[in-house]
Amino acid sequence: MNVIVPPPPALDVARIRQDFPILAQTVRGKPLVFLDSAASAQKPRAVIDAMATAMETQYANIHRGLHWMSERTTEAYESVRDQVAALLNAPSRNEIVFTRNTTESINLVAHSYGRGILAPGQAVLISEMEHHSNLVPWQMLRDADSIELRIAPITDAGELDMEAYAALLADGRVGLVAMTHMSNVLGSYTPAARIAALAHAAGARVLFDGSQAVVHRAVDVQAIDADFYVFTGHKLYGPTGVGVLWARHELLEAMPPFLGGGEMIASVTYEHSTWARVPHKFEAGTPAIVEVIGLGAAIAYVRSIGFDAIAAHEASLTDHALSRLAEIPGLAVIGGAQDRGGVISFTLQGAHPHDIATLLDRNGIAVRAGHHCAEPLMHRLGLEGTARASFALYTTHEEIDFLARNLERIREFFA
Amino acid sequence: MFDDVRDLYQDIILRHSRQPLHMRRLEEFDAKAIGDNPMCGDRCEVRLRLDPAGSIADIGFEARGCAISLASADLMAETTAGRTPAQVRALADIFFGLVRTGTTTSKDPAIEKLKPLSGVSEYPSRIKCATLPWAATLAALDGAMEASSE
Repeated sequence: MNVIVPPPPALDVARIRQDFPILAQTVRGKPLVFLDSAASAQKPRAVIDAMATAMETQYANIHRGLHWMSERTTEAYESVRDQVAALLNAPSRNEIVFTRNTTESINLVAHSYGRGILAPGQAVLISEMEHHSNLVPWQMLRDADSIELRIAPITDAGELDMEAYAALLADGRVGLVAMTHMSNVLGSYTPAARIAALAHAAGARVLFDGSQAVVHRAVDVQAIDADFYVFTGHKLYGPTGVGVLWARHELLEAMPPFLGGGEMIASVTYEHSTWARVPHKFEAGTPAIVEVIGLGAAIAYVRSIGFDAIAAHEASLTDHALSRLAEIPGLAVIGGAQDRGGVISFTLQGAHPHDIATLLDRNGIAVRAGHHCAEPLMHRLGLEGTARASFALYTTHEEIDFLARNLERIREFFA
Repeated sequence: MFDDVRDLYQDIILRHSRQPLHMRRLEEFDAKAIGDNPMCGDRCEVRLRLDPAGSIADIGFEARGCAISLASADLMAETTAGRTPAQVRALADIFFGLVRTGTTTSKDPAIEKLKPLSGVSEYPSRIKCATLPWAATLAALDGAMEASSE
């Protein structure tokens, strides 16, 4: 009997683009070609409307008002916890903590798990391709609390060196592995399930920085057997100001609070306070209510399109871009991981990344140029910086062709 | 395709960035400073020698950076040679005004050489590229070792 595997649902990019009002804008008189979504993605109408509607029709502070508006707003806010849990396939909604962004999520773990659970002499292990947000908090922990910081090398192809990674775990002193799930510079995915299995075998917990990965692929924290997973809303087509920490319930229970204040307490006297239950213990102060509601709309939006369709579209874009860029003499794509996504860093002989970015900008193309908040990785690669084009579900093949034509002209311009 | 960007990348800028005449290391010098913009990775070390009267007898730089910063460094060296520190500071002030606003009322003869860089005023994120070599030179004259224009 033949098993018929249905092809992934096609993504109607022309229709999707109509969902993003900003894509109709012109820049310097040219249509906007936005290839900087890895820095922050544009927002669909559904997100914009959800936030406006919340503020126009259903807004009050949450978890405290004994009135209709507060109760409705609390429901809207809390329902996003369910959406995030579903997005990550987390076992429980109570394992979802809302933060400001990935950076705050990692700082929370560095503070509460790093100071509260890890013991001096233990180590945190990261990789050479971390964003500063998954490096600096661990440096601060190292310097203040005698926690060793280890750096797992990458190969020249831009993949985690698994042998070296395993060797760094071997002495059993690593208490936490904190690693990107997808590099914001090289586009490389890391083999999360294998990373977690090796970490656990060595007695370490594992945190994944999903800032990039969660945008492009379905993430299943149970399948990869993660202990912590963090991401930010604004790269996932949601608003700025809201991020997520997922962690296993027992870890959140054991960890001391991060910030103190309202909302995170059970009771307070002048002598003593007790903490609210997880996850509220980690949500001090009035949270980003409207932004959380916006994040909920963003999650609903991407899930309505489906990660199969998104991943297939972006894989096609990435293949197309890599082959078009390979045609340009003097252009070097940085990193060549087998498993990679739509984030492509490159250099062009004779042209500085900032000049590339300025010239592309003149034709409406937005790219990032510089060290991409990964200075040590740039040094590892022997580069001062790169230009970076990154793709989203609204990116078209024609935009990539336009980018390639412009880069060809820039090459001639500086030749 | 890039005709309208010629306001910024004029031929004179491209020429100075490709072949900077003053990009050379002075082995003997009276003052030096390093200009560093860590956010973008641009770096410019300026070394200079003063004559007995206190004017700049020789000035050279070593730099890595974008076309704008290299051209600006070269034009800076060209226009500051022979000037006293006070004259360099005055010219730097005029130059900073030029790249921020795009115009100047100065009658300083060096301005004609620096005017091709006025186009950066349209690109706020690039102004610091043009001002970095000047910041380094001012730091050298002030006896500071490091400068930044970020």
